[in-house]
Amino acid sequence: MKLTAEQEAMLAGERGETMAKVLETLVRYGDLYGADEMVSVTSKYNHLVTSFGLKALGPVYELMGKLIDEGAVSQTGFSVDPRPLDDNVPASFLQKIIFKHFMYSKQDFYEGQLRELGLMGDDAFTCTCYMDEVGNVPAAGDVLSWSESSAVVYANSVLGARCNRNSGIIDLMGSVCGFVPRFGLLTDDGRRADWVVEVRCERRPEAQLLGSAIGMRVMADVPYITGLDAWLGDELDGSAKAYLKDMGAACASNGAVGLYHVEGLTPEAREQGRALVREGARVYVIDDAELERVHASYPVVWKNADAKPKLCFMGCPHMSMEQLEQWSERIAQGLAEAGRTRVSVPCVFTAAPAVAKRFAATPAARVLDAAGVVVSSICPLMYMNNPLSAKMPVITNSNKLRTYSSARYYTDDEILDILTKGAR
Amino acid sequence: MAKTFTGRVVVPGTVSAPALVSHGGLNTLASFQKALQFGDKESTCGDQNNPDLYGKKMRGKALCLPATIGSTTGGLVLYCAVAMDRQPACLLFSEEIDSLAAAGAILQDVWLDDAAPMPVIDCLGEDFLSYVADGMTVTVTQDGSVVVD
Repeated sequence: MKLTAEQEAMLAGERGETMAKVLETLVRYGDLYGADEMVSVTSKYNHLVTSFGLKALGPVYELMGKLIDEGAVSQTGFSVDPRPLDDNVPASFLQKIIFKHFMYSKQDFYEGQLRELGLMGDDAFTCTCYMDEVGNVPAAGDVLSWSESSAVVYANSVLGARCNRNSGIIDLMGSVCGFVPRFGLLTDDGRRADWVVEVRCERRPEAQLLGSAIGMRVMADVPYITGLDAWLGDELDGSAKAYLKDMGAACASNGAVGLYHVEGLTPEAREQGRALVREGARVYVIDDAELERVHASYPVVWKNADAKPKLCFMGCPHMSMEQLEQWSERIAQGLAEAGRTRVSVPCVFTAAPAVAKRFAATPAARVLDAAGVVVSSICPLMYMNNPLSAKMPVITNSNKLRTYSSARYYTDDEILDILTKGAR
Repeated sequence: MAKTFTGRVVVPGTVSAPALVSHGGLNTLASFQKALQFGDKESTCGDQNNPDLYGKKMRGKALCLPATIGSTTGGLVLYCAVAMDRQPACLLFSEEIDSLAAAGAILQDVWLDDAAPMPVIDCLGEDFLSYVADGMTVTVTQDGSVVVD
């Protein structure tokens, strides 16, 4: 990789041993993928995946401490994934003790480190930093040093920004240096599609199932998705963005997709059309039967597959304002039809702090509250990652949460039935 | 009969260990959750979607795989696994290493002064993953040669 004189000097230790190691990390990272040079990070803010003060991540805190001690902090400021704790989320006495005093006992300490490294603010904890309310919305063409698989795939695909699927820590190092190695999804060639995914469903495909099917098949490749505009239209409105957010998160967690194009809808597909598709690209046809097959393949890891759900998490990734409002309506209508007033399973809707605050000022928030639904900014995954929660029969409409925990996936309609009619 | 495969050295090192093979992508976060959070020193794979590895002990094994997938915490999860001495003996990729595993491989080599680096070889080819099976002895040499016996 060609480095500038300044970068060469940094690598040689002119700015200290820690900065030399930071750059060595980025150089070796880029060299593996044939990066030709470093390019400037152009986004206003960065986004990090590591938001949780897990006691077990001692080696990470040690590394962060070295960076802070040497003044190797973010040049732009950053948002970060959701907090792992919220007293408003239902939990047993024992769970609360385990969360606060064992698992996440380093949370306060780590948040202190994040503030020193460049955290945007106390409300900057969300996996959907790209929501308007949060304010970390990169422009098309911006070069990012982000991580968080669902945020990276959204920024690349829906916003047209450019970011590789960086790991935690690498994200921060790009932000510390202010540049990242150019390879992969930062290049025009790396953004071309290796697959054509033909959606031929008779009914609107569930975003979470469609994303799962695509991720499991194409893995880390770039898919060019056709037939979806029939269901989403040709405008990136709030509804389409929410759909793509959830589909992308499933692509990225069930596989390793960092970028997808949707014909007629996402920015690069609208500009370049099928010129984005590589010659010889493979084809994957998805119809209703294929989605059924994928859904049926999910293992049920509950000890008792017939257990009554004890908790429902909705919003992994965090819900948008529009999703909160739509679900409020659906819950209210479902309960009214069933002659009930409260949901049958304790339920948590999650959204970014700034989105949750905006939503709290609406009449819909009072509807949810009356129905017994909690709105939180917690990370459901962090809630689930312990032996006590893992034993709980938790349901979700998130394919990401299903993948990383014992939570059981249900479609949106199934979840609504469970919540409002007690069906299962 | 022993068969030799040659790949690209991501992190150099020599090691000999029994093979543990995943034909699908290794979901790093899901796989190492028990090791990092629940004190499982043997790193029992917790990824319910990986029938090849689920429930098997990964520590000390020559982990043979096409790629890693899933959460972008993957690199720091690998980094912590090495720092906590709960890592596989080596990582052997049939494909070009993915960006998350690459981060973990590089971070442990650059930043962990006291830990013995975990050798990582990639680009070993599809034949490698077709040939190697659980329990075979795998020997990795400094130049990226991988002998499967």
